[in-house]
This record gives sequence, structure tokens and C-alpha cells, in this order.
Amino acid sequence: MLTPTRHLLQIEGMHPPEIGTLLDLAESYVLLNRSGKTQRDLLRGRTLINLFFEDSTRTRTSFELAGKRLGADVINMAVANSSVNKGETLLDTAATLNAMHCDLLVVRHGQSGAPALLAQKVDAAVINAGDGTHEHPTQALLDALTIRRRRGRLEGLTVAICGDVLHSRVARSNIHLLTAMGSRVRVIGPPTLIPAEASRLGVDVFHDMKLGLQDVDIVMMLRLQKERMSSGLVPSSREFFRFWGLDAEKLAYAKPDALVMHPGPMNRGVEIASDVADDPIRSVIKEQVEMGVAVRMAVLDILSRQAKRND
Amino acid sequence: MTDLLITNVRLLDPANGLDTHGALLVRDGRIADLGPSLGRPDVPTLDGDGAILCPGLVDMRAELGEPGGEYRETIASAARAAAAGGITTVAAMPDTQPAIDDPGLVRLLRARGEETGSLSVLPYGAVTRGCLGVDMAEIGLLHDAGAVAFTDGARAIGSTRLMRLALAYARGFGARIVQHPEDPSLAAGGAATQGELATRLGLPAIPAAAEAILVARDIRLAQMTGGAVHFAHISTGEALDLIRRAKADGLAVTCDTAPPYFDLNETAIGNFRTYAKLSPPLRREEDRLAVLAGLADGTIDAIASDHQPRDADDKRLPFAQASAGGTGLATLLAVTLAQVHGGHLPLAHALALLTCRPAALLASNAGTLARGAAADLCLLDLERAWKVDAGTLPGKAQNTPFDGRALEGRVVGTFKAGRRVFG
Repeated sequence: MLTPTRHLLQIEGMHPPEIGTLLDLAESYVLLNRSGKTQRDLLRGRTLINLFFEDSTRTRTSFELAGKRLGADVINMAVANSSVNKGETLLDTAATLNAMHCDLLVVRHGQSGAPALLAQKVDAAVINAGDGTHEHPTQALLDALTIRRRRGRLEGLTVAICGDVLHSRVARSNIHLLTAMGSRVRVIGPPTLIPAEASRLGVDVFHDMKLGLQDVDIVMMLRLQKERMSSGLVPSSREFFRFWGLDAEKLAYAKPDALVMHPGPMNRGVEIASDVADDPIRSVIKEQVEMGVAVRMAVLDILSRQAKRND
Repeated sequence: MTDLLITNVRLLDPANGLDTHGALLVRDGRIADLGPSLGRPDVPTLDGDGAILCPGLVDMRAELGEPGGEYRETIASAARAAAAGGITTVAAMPDTQPAIDDPGLVRLLRARGEETGSLSVLPYGAVTRGCLGVDMAEIGLLHDAGAVAFTDGARAIGSTRLMRLALAYARGFGARIVQHPEDPSLAAGGAATQGELATRLGLPAIPAAAEAILVARDIRLAQMTGGAVHFAHISTGEALDLIRRAKADGLAVTCDTAPPYFDLNETAIGNFRTYAKLSPPLRREEDRLAVLAGLADGTIDAIASDHQPRDADDKRLPFAQASAGGTGLATLLAVTLAQVHGGHLPLAHALALLTCRPAALLASNAGTLARGAAADLCLLDLERAWKVDAGTLPGKAQNTPFDGRALEGRVVGTFKAGRRVFG
């Protein structure tokens, strides 16, 4: 029992033991990476394709590094600005990839459900690296690993997810993962950026950040994109920062040792103040990046084992 | 012309309150006589084997693909699907390419229907030129050419002023305005009904209230102008409450719904199933039940197929990019009968919603077994089971939201002017 399916498309529906297994394996990769050793025989001869329909440096690099550390042949297909970046050709792309005998396909796409659609058509194991406003499963896994290593557990912790929850795939994956693992989750943001019936996802909704941050263990900030201002969901970035940006004053409402997280890239002065983001004790933002590589190694490892079993 | 005697059938004609075992005689394509004992006229005879014989169905809302969408459906292919579904008269949406905003196009569509020999096509006229929602189309000329009512099809008439003018102007011709009731600015970009499921799937959402908001506005405008407004494919309980009240107030307000809205709910979109992406979107279970209640209590005047042919490339896309719409001609009757079998609708009432009631809204004399009427007939085996299978449906388009649905009740014969066109 590792993962029930041959793809990693979403956290929703994953069971705590599956998540725990992935995190345990990732933990071992953290140690391996820190020791400077590699395990290049594991994915030798396997092809990993990074198929990114949206720009990304962090996630793509992280998957690339993870694949290379395990010995896979890694190919980056950046289609963000090319003519392929249209829904119509998504299935043509799938046909092309099948012809290339790709084993592991890492997909980022601007449309919710696009990796699921690809997964129906390709032979490779599909890993969702972020789809629209749906999910970003490896981000939630790396966040969970970061928290678990710092706090020793996920169960019983109170986690606040703050900002543009409506448009955030990171928020959705984290909500599913953390609630499954027994954390209490709060979402905090202006009513225009909190999705309908967020409470049905098992979270508590706050619009006042100071109230929402009371006694939380973890403060998870989300990126606010500029188009939220232009589309009228928020009047201005300075107003957003005033009420929902994380600064030292608001952070003081959380537990004294509360950790600050952000999936990156940050908009300093919009959703987070620089002094908080760079706080050497409270901020674990850089550590999240390190955990990202380990988590993706674990995901590639497990999915390729699944694939071998199916061969 | 066609002469035919159909014996041993259950004659069911909601228009005349008829439900009796007997036979029906067709002479020269018209219903000459019907009843329990017709004697033995010397004409070709068909033994109905105890099946139901009812009027051919009248579908008041379908996209037929012509002109401009022939790669998705043609009137000829739609006619095959309609015949398989027992439909002999269909009202065609005008938001085509080009739109039906010219009297010549109205005549063309009627003629294209006649060419099929199996399906009467009743064209809607566009409310606005090009169905673009800006300038009023030539409603009077279109009406004279045979447009049965006016609508901009899948596009809501968003401008309050324009809707007011259209209702007032059409009233002068005794014509009805058919609205796609969805506030355009609230619906823009939306792919699923707002709620927990859309939130989980990360899909842009349309609040259910987008329907009630436009319905409330248009009821007020109907009251102000004395015009007649008809709301198409009603999908929410809130809108039905408004319509129920408007009817009680004596306003000229009517509505229809389509099978997906009383047979399916939002969960049909499951894991991004684009065949269940419709406009309006499938709603929550409470709304499905409210639509069913609206059918039962008479608030809803008709059930339309809401046939919207799409090809595979329209649907094999990420959910938000996929085209909305589902086929409905071949499944209209059987999905409605599921509610009859389920005890939610009396059979005669269900058939009225599929025959004489929509015919009355379209000022058509179809949809009845009256003596002298055209012998447009549907022979129906109420118990015969079948399964909807996208890929093998009659007609061209296969984008049914009911794929895999097991149904009970199947058309075994369809007759147009007495001539058998299906079965």
C-alpha cells in the first residue's frame, strides 16, 4: 500500500496512511540530500518530462532536481508562451508524449482538471504540479513535511491559511491534507477572496486577521496576484496589506513560536512584510524549498515503483 | 397520402383528457377517427401490441446546428435523433451563424424541416440583430415569416432597457419573448454552480441566484409592459418561487425546464466530466427537487430537450474551457418517464408537458390526437428498458449528459403525417 492510483492528481481523497508513508519517505530523502549522497540507480533509464503550461521556476526546478538526484532523464518542456498553451492541443500533446515513452509526467496547467484530463490519455504516471485553482499536491506535502519536522506532528495543530484562498490551489491542497491529518485549519481573508462554502471543507472562516491568528501554531501566507486588484476583488494592494498582510503586529496574535510559511514567490509589502518573511527564527520559507525537493523525490520514487509493478 | 389503422393501443391524449384502449385511423396523413371501436376500414393496419399511442412530442427548445454549425449537427441528423425520441415538432434556436434575424432565414428553416419528412421545424426569431443584445431585430417581419416566438437563444438579454422594449414591442404582435435567465455579469466565465463542489474542484462558479435575479427583473418588466415572457430551462427553486407568484398574480409569465435539471444534480460533473457541463449549470440536489415540484404543481409549463449538439473537440478540454451543452432529443421522453415510473409525475401530466402544453406556447396546432389534426404520433412501450450510450445515439452529436443512464420506456414507432419515420 503506497498510493492507490498510478498518478498524483490531488490530495483530496488521499488517506492519512498514504500521506504518512509519503512524508516518511520524504524524510529519508531529506537526510540523504543533506548527507550529499545520491541514489542515481533508482530511476535510471526512466524519463521524466516537466510539462509546464504556466511559468514556474521554483516548482519546475525542484522536480528537475528531484528527478536528477534519483537518476532519471529529465526533460523540460516549457510551453507557457508557445502555441501549445491552448486547451485544444492538450490531447495532441498527450499523444506526442505517449510516442516518446515518457514514464513520469509532471504537469502544471492554468486550468483546473487539466492534469486529470491528460492522465486519461497518457501512459505515463501524471503528477499534478498545480492546476488552475484546483490543487497543488506536492506543495501541500512539502508544507506538511516542513511543519512535521519542526513540530513533530500535524495532529492537533492550528494552522491559519491567509489571503487569496478563492484562487489558491495551494490552499485547497493544504486544507485537504491538514484536515485529513488532524490539524485544525482556519482560512482568513476578505469575503471576496474566500470561496463559497469554505466551511464545508472543514475549516473555520475568519475575515478579521487578528481574530483569525489568535493562538495559531502555523501562519501560512498565500500569494496575491495583481489581477485580483484589477478585477475589483480587492480595491488596492495597500488596503490589502493593511488588513490582511502579515506584519509583526498581526503575527503577535499568533502563538509566540508560531511558524511563518509562504509557497513563494512572495509579494513583499502586499501579503507579507519583509521583516517577517526574513525572520530567521519564525520564517521557514527557505526550509519549505528544501523540503520540496525531498517530497518530490518521494513522489517520483513511489509512483515509479507503482509503474514497475504494473509493467 | 397516407392511410393507416393502428389497432390495439392505449390512446393517450392529454389535450383532450383521453386515455382509453382502442385504435386510431389515419386518412390522408390526418387523424380521421379514434376510439375504442373503429370497425375494420380497408386500410393498412398496424397492431400496436398494447403500446401507448400519444401525440408526437413537441420540443420547444433545441439547437439544430443549422445554419453554421453543420459539423456538430444538421437538421437532417437532428431529425433522426428526434424521430428516435418520438419528437415530430421542434422549435429551433436562432443564435446560429448567421442568427435567425432575417425573414428569409425563418422560411429557410421551415423548409429545411419539411425536407426531412419527419420533423416540423418551428423557428424562433432573434430578439436582437445577430443575437448580439444591442439592436432589436425585425420582430414584426420575422413574426410574419413564421417565427413562433423570440429569443437570443443561449444569450441572456442583459440590458434592462432592451428587454423592456422587446417585451413591449413583441406584445404588439402577440409574440412571446423567451429569456435565457442568467444574469450575464454574474455568470461570466463561470463553469459550475456555486457551492462546495465548485470550490473543491477549483472551478469558476455561477451563483444559483444569477437565475432568480434575472427572472425577478423580467417579471417586473412583464408587469410594466404587459408583454409575455417565457423563461427557458429553469434550474433553481428560487426562480420557480418567483414564477409561481407571478402566475398567481395573473402575469403573462411561463417557463420550461429540461431533463438534466430534474434528473441530474451538480455531482454529475464529478471529476471534471465535461459532458455534464451545461448552461445553466447543473445545480444542487435541493434545486433538482424544486424543479420536480415545479413540474408536479404546474408552475413549469413544458419540458424541452434543450438539445445542444457539440462535437468531441468542444468537450475534450479542461472543464472551464469546454463548451457547455448536452444533447437531448433522443432522451427527452425516457428521462421524463423516469419521473413517472418514480411516482413523481402522473403519466398524462408528463405527456402534456411534452405535447399540448409546449404546442400552446408556440401557438402550434401540433401535440394532440384531435380528429382532423396531422397524424404526428408516438408509439411508446412504457416498460421497455434501455441504456443511454454516448457514441451510439441516433443523430450526429453524442454529447449526452446521461451517458450510462438506464432508462425505462422506449419509443417503438414515430409517425409524421401518418407515415412511419421511426421504428
